[in-house]
Amino acid sequence: MIKTVVSTGLPVDEEWQIRKNVLTGGTGKMRICIVTGTHGDELEGQYVCYRLNRIVAEHPELLDGTLEIYPALNPLGIDSITRGIPGFDLDMNRIFPGSEEGTVTEQLVHRLMNDLRGADMVIDIHSSNIFLREIPQVRINVNMAGRLVPFAQWLKMDFIWIHEAATVLESTLAHSLNSLGTPTLVVEMGVGMRINHGYCERLVAGILHLMFRMGCWRELPDLSCSPQESVVSAIGGVEFLNAEASGIFLTDSRNNHIVEPGEEIGCVVSPLTGEVLQRVTAPVRGLLFTLRAYPVVYEGSLLARIYKSEVE
Amino acid sequence: MKEEILFSMKSPFRDDFRIKGYRFGQGEKSLAIVGALRGDEVQQLYTCSQLVKELSALEKRRGLPDGVEVLVVPSANPFSMNISKRFWAMDGTDINRMFPGYQLGETTQRIADGVFKALQGYQYGIQLASSYVAGCYVPHVKMLHTGYEDVQVAGLFGLPYVCVRQPLPFDTTLLNYNWQIWDTKAYSLYGGSNDRIDVKVSREVQAAILRFMQRTGLMETSCRTLEGFRPVVFDEQELQVVKAPAPGLFFPFRFVGDQVNKGDLLAHILHPYLGKVEAAITAPASGRLFFTSDRSLTLKGSPLFKICSL
Repeated sequence: MIKTVVSTGLPVDEEWQIRKNVLTGGTGKMRICIVTGTHGDELEGQYVCYRLNRIVAEHPELLDGTLEIYPALNPLGIDSITRGIPGFDLDMNRIFPGSEEGTVTEQLVHRLMNDLRGADMVIDIHSSNIFLREIPQVRINVNMAGRLVPFAQWLKMDFIWIHEAATVLESTLAHSLNSLGTPTLVVEMGVGMRINHGYCERLVAGILHLMFRMGCWRELPDLSCSPQESVVSAIGGVEFLNAEASGIFLTDSRNNHIVEPGEEIGCVVSPLTGEVLQRVTAPVRGLLFTLRAYPVVYEGSLLARIYKSEVE
Repeated sequence: MKEEILFSMKSPFRDDFRIKGYRFGQGEKSLAIVGALRGDEVQQLYTCSQLVKELSALEKRRGLPDGVEVLVVPSANPFSMNISKRFWAMDGTDINRMFPGYQLGETTQRIADGVFKALQGYQYGIQLASSYVAGCYVPHVKMLHTGYEDVQVAGLFGLPYVCVRQPLPFDTTLLNYNWQIWDTKAYSLYGGSNDRIDVKVSREVQAAILRFMQRTGLMETSCRTLEGFRPVVFDEQELQVVKAPAPGLFFPFRFVGDQVNKGDLLAHILHPYLGKVEAAITAPASGRLFFTSDRSLTLKGSPLFKICSL
């Protein structure tokens, strides 16, 4: 059943609506929420939502509980190829839990929080941005790791990145929900403005597997394309490689493989002079899990991330 | 006056990115003033440019006491200004949400780091800021409540209002917040709107900064400054917010700075197609219009006015 979660009037004959599809089956009380489309340039979640809807429609007998699918938390952004909310300064994922006294966006976010609150699991699907390509991974704040890593393992992603806490990240959807006791996992994979079908199929299988383990899906899904175990990061194990020159980043490398120290990942070049401004090499042995997709770089632009320990 | 390049960076295709500072006097790091951190902060740029002119004249006539050094950074983001973007054009990030910055981090973290290194260690810091809630503001001082804020000193600007805001997590990366954490008494000055120059408001802000300098001993007492106000100090949450009861065309009848009485007609919202009045907005309380929206189209629920009843 399609429900409008929050709504307000746009200036000229249009409603700003955030909608969800509520699918129910069996007698189970478990409630799982799939949310995506916070950033309008991230599209992997669209495929995942579509596939989950199809699978449940074809096999309603396998669902024992409620699956709620929110494909577009930022419908205006997705529709206008805008990462943020058009006409609003702040990243939607930096204003949770919102406020009824704030701007319209803060009001909507506040009501959205109230709708998601109390779910047994929320999965918040992101796909990096247009600049970086990510392997399928779950990101967890270190303060939540004890509780969330077992659930994250059930998603069967390649990597679970346990990152350090940062005050600014306390205003994300995931942190706000986790703080209220609603377990929320953040998935990152692929690259902005594109859909990687293989990654998405793996996440669909992972979500069904998590639902199976939680007791609201009656069939073990096919996990033949998924890893047995996710690599779980240790704090401080991630090496960041940033551009030290402004230019064009060229690479023949692909992410999701083990790089050796000194292995060339790419180079930054000058189209004007033909110079190689920076040779980008792996400083350590490790899993290359982030690789720049957008070629134009400034000094400081992130080029790659390597997880440098326990990567076998 | 000394012109300096505080931070520079090569661009792949454009001229070099440069942040310039203008230094007056010699001695203790006394006051740093920052104008535009975002590309549409034209009012802030203009005010800084006028201050550079004023301080230059002041320095020539020995109006700065010995041992006082003042730094003015009119714009820390000329690249965005030159292409009419509010944020860093490459990736849409906001330099004013990257402080204290990180030398080895992403581009705008590095810019923030470069700017912050130049701004650190000053006794006082003034930022000519703008809010994510776009609109027109009465000239005022805004401070983030960090536990280090000094409201008494904020009164020395002589602006009519000092507004204290409880910081949210996303405020912890602002220049103002980090200045305070690193022992600078930091004040954000607001007034007017962003991308239009309001000379009258700018003059009020310039006068407030010179008054502040004189009252804190950073300017000779023989120099003439205007009297100013005894400010009303309040928490931002004490403002009465008037939201749009309907979407449509916003037609205000009262404007920022106006004194209004409870029940006064503030605005109409017109139906965008039929032209009829969808809603008449009246003042829920008496007071001064501290903020008014400057958008002609409004969503339902948008804050259109904020009234200070104190």
